[in-house]
Amino acid sequence: MAVPSTTSPPANRSGLTPDQLLALYRWMRLTRTLEERLVALYRQTKVVGGLFRSLGQEACAVGSAFALERRDVLSPLIRNLGSMLVKGAEPLEILRQYMAKGDSPTRGRELNIHFGDVVDRNFVGQISHLGDMVPVMAGVTLTFRLRGEDRVGLVYVGDGATSTGAFHEGINFAAVQRCPLVVVVENNGYAYSTPTCKQTAAGQFVDKAIGYGIPGVRADGNDVLEVYRVTREAVERARGGGGVTLLELLTYRRKGHAEHDNQSYVAPGEIEPWAQHNDPIDRYAARLTTEFGFDVATLARTDDEVRSVVDAATELAENSPPCDGPDALIGVYANPPAMPALWYRDGVGPAVAAHERPASWGTHDG
Amino acid sequence: MAEITFLEAIREGISEEMERDPSVFCLGEDIGAFGGAFKVTEGLQARFGEQRVIDTPIAEAGIIGAAAGAAHYGMRPVVEMQFIDFISCGYDMLTNYVATARYRAFLPCPIVVRGPSGGYVRGGPFHSQNPEAAFLHTPGLKIAYPATAEDAKGMIKAAIRDDDPVLFFEHKYLYRRIKGTMPAGDHIVPLGKARLAREGKHLSIVTYAATVWKALEAAEQLEREDGLSVEVLDLRSLLPMDDAAIVATVKKTNRVLVVHEDTVTGGIAGEITARINELCFEWLDAPVRRVAAHDVPLPYAPPLEDFVLPQTSDIVRASRWLAAY
Repeated sequence: MAVPSTTSPPANRSGLTPDQLLALYRWMRLTRTLEERLVALYRQTKVVGGLFRSLGQEACAVGSAFALERRDVLSPLIRNLGSMLVKGAEPLEILRQYMAKGDSPTRGRELNIHFGDVVDRNFVGQISHLGDMVPVMAGVTLTFRLRGEDRVGLVYVGDGATSTGAFHEGINFAAVQRCPLVVVVENNGYAYSTPTCKQTAAGQFVDKAIGYGIPGVRADGNDVLEVYRVTREAVERARGGGGVTLLELLTYRRKGHAEHDNQSYVAPGEIEPWAQHNDPIDRYAARLTTEFGFDVATLARTDDEVRSVVDAATELAENSPPCDGPDALIGVYANPPAMPALWYRDGVGPAVAAHERPASWGTHDG
Repeated sequence: MAEITFLEAIREGISEEMERDPSVFCLGEDIGAFGGAFKVTEGLQARFGEQRVIDTPIAEAGIIGAAAGAAHYGMRPVVEMQFIDFISCGYDMLTNYVATARYRAFLPCPIVVRGPSGGYVRGGPFHSQNPEAAFLHTPGLKIAYPATAEDAKGMIKAAIRDDDPVLFFEHKYLYRRIKGTMPAGDHIVPLGKARLAREGKHLSIVTYAATVWKALEAAEQLEREDGLSVEVLDLRSLLPMDDAAIVATVKKTNRVLVVHEDTVTGGIAGEITARINELCFEWLDAPVRRVAAHDVPLPYAPPLEDFVLPQTSDIVRASRWLAAY
C-alpha cells in the first residue's frame, strides 16, 4: 500500500488557536501514552482480555472528534480511543475497563473501550459486530433532525465494515432521511489479516458515496489538521441540513489486530516507512515547531504532563476493587431490575436482593 | 362501545400512545400513506404526519438499529416488520445490539418491533413463521403474543410504554377474524401476566396466540363429548413468562398439555415443560405432553399446511390421551 501524500495546506488555514493546536498534540500523545501503559499492564496480565492499539492512527480519531461539539454524538470503534478522550472519556475509565474493575464504566460487563455516555459527553458504546453502529447512529441523528436539535453525529467504520450489510442499510437510510451524520471510513489497510484488495473491488472506499447520493471526501488520515479540516466541513454540512458525508481517511495499522497478533501476513518492510516517515504525532510535532512557532520544550512538557496523568490514573485503577459476582445478575432489564440466581447457588439470592445500586448506575432511567 | 377487530385494536393502541407521548413514532416498510401490508398503520401518517410515520427502505437490520439509536436519545420507536418472518434479517441487531444495550452500556432501548406472524393462512414458508423461540433465548428482550383483541390493544400500549425492548407478535389469522369490545379509558394489559381463558378441573392446556382459540374449541368438544372439564391458560407474554399462573393451573388439574403453532423441537413448549418439572413435578398425575407443528418448513398447499400445523382435532386427541393416563 502506498504512503499517502504528506502535503498539507498552509498554516493559516488551520483556523485553530495556539491552545487548540497544542490540544490536538496532547490528545494524540495521551492516546499513545495510555495505550503504551496498557501494553505494560497487558504483559503483567492485569488487562484480562485483548488489547487493541491505534498506533499510527491517532490523528484519524483525534482530528475528527475535535471537529465535534460536546452536544454532538460520536460512535467510536476499537481504534478510536483518541476520539473518546477528546469527547471526555477519562484515562482512569479506560484503565478500569481494560482491567475489568468493579468501578469501571460498565461495571465489568464489557471489554476495553466498549462503553458510552449518552447523557453528558455523548459517545455511544460500540458492539463487536462491525457495521452495526451505522444504523444506530442513523437513528440517533434522525432523532436530532425530527426534534429540530442542532446536533450532529459521527460514526467510524473500518475498511472491513464497509462490506457488511449493516453499513449499507445504515448509510442508505441515513442518506435518504438526510440525517446530520458523518460516516468516517478509517482505511488502515487491514481488517484483521485481510488486506483492502480482498475487501472490495472498488478503487477507493470514497467511491461508495456516489452510490448513496452523498458527498465523499478522501483525506490523509495521518495529518491531524487535514483530518480536522475535512471533518469540520462535513460536520458543518450536516449541521446546515446537508445530510450525510462519507469521509475516507487513509492511514495504516502498524500493530496487529490485537496484541496477540504477530502480523505474519504483513509483507517484510511494509510497516517501517510508516513508522519512520509517516507517524502522525512525529509529523504534527514537526509542523508545530517549524510552522506554528511552538518550541520543543513546550511539547516535552506536554509529554511529561500526559505521562503523569496516566501514572496517576494507573495507580487509582490498580487499586480499584474487582467486580462482585452476583452483580452480574443486575440490569438486564429496567424491570425486573435483577434476574434470579439459579437454584443451586445457595445464598446468592439474598445477596442479589440486598445488592445496592450505586449512584452511577442506571443514570438513564431517571 | 362497538366491537372492533384485533387489527383495529392494535392500530387504536398505537394511535393512542402516539397521541399521549410525542416521543412515540413508527417506522417500517410501506407503513405511511399505504398504511402497511395489512393496513395496521392505515391513517396514522395522515393524522400524525410524515415525521412520525416514516416509510423506510427495505432494511430490517437498518431500521431496528436506527430505532435503537433513537431510543438511546429519548424516543420510543415502533418498528413494523412487514411480515414477522423478516425479523430474521434483523436478528443480529436485536440479539447483539438491542438486547444487550442496557446491560453492557446502560443504554435505554425502549423499542417495539411488531409484525404479522403465524400460519393457517396459506402463506407458505416465508409468510407464516412463528419465530418467538429464536428470541426467547435472548436475555434483554421481552416477547408479547396476544390472542384477543382486548389484549392486543392493552399489550401494544404496555409494550410501547415499557422501558425494555419488546417483540410484539400479531397473529395474522386473528387480524380480522377476532373482534372485541375495548374497555373504556386507558386500557393497559401488563406484560408478563397470563390470562385464564377457560376454567376447568380435569386437565390444563397451556398455550398462546392462535392456538388459544383452537384449545377453546377443543375444550368445548371435550366437555360435550367426554364430559371433560378443560382449563385453558393463555400465556399472552412469553418473556417474561407467568410461572405462577402455570404452576397454579398444574396444581389445580394435575395434567398438562402444552400447545403451540411453532415447530416442536426447540419450541417454547420444551421450556414450559422444564419449568413445570422444576416447579411442581410432584403435582403431576401424567407426563406433560406437547402438541405443536411438525419439524418441517411450513408448506403452502392446504393439505400440507393442515397436516403440519396443530389442529383442534389434534388437541382433542392428545387431551383424551392425557385424561386417560
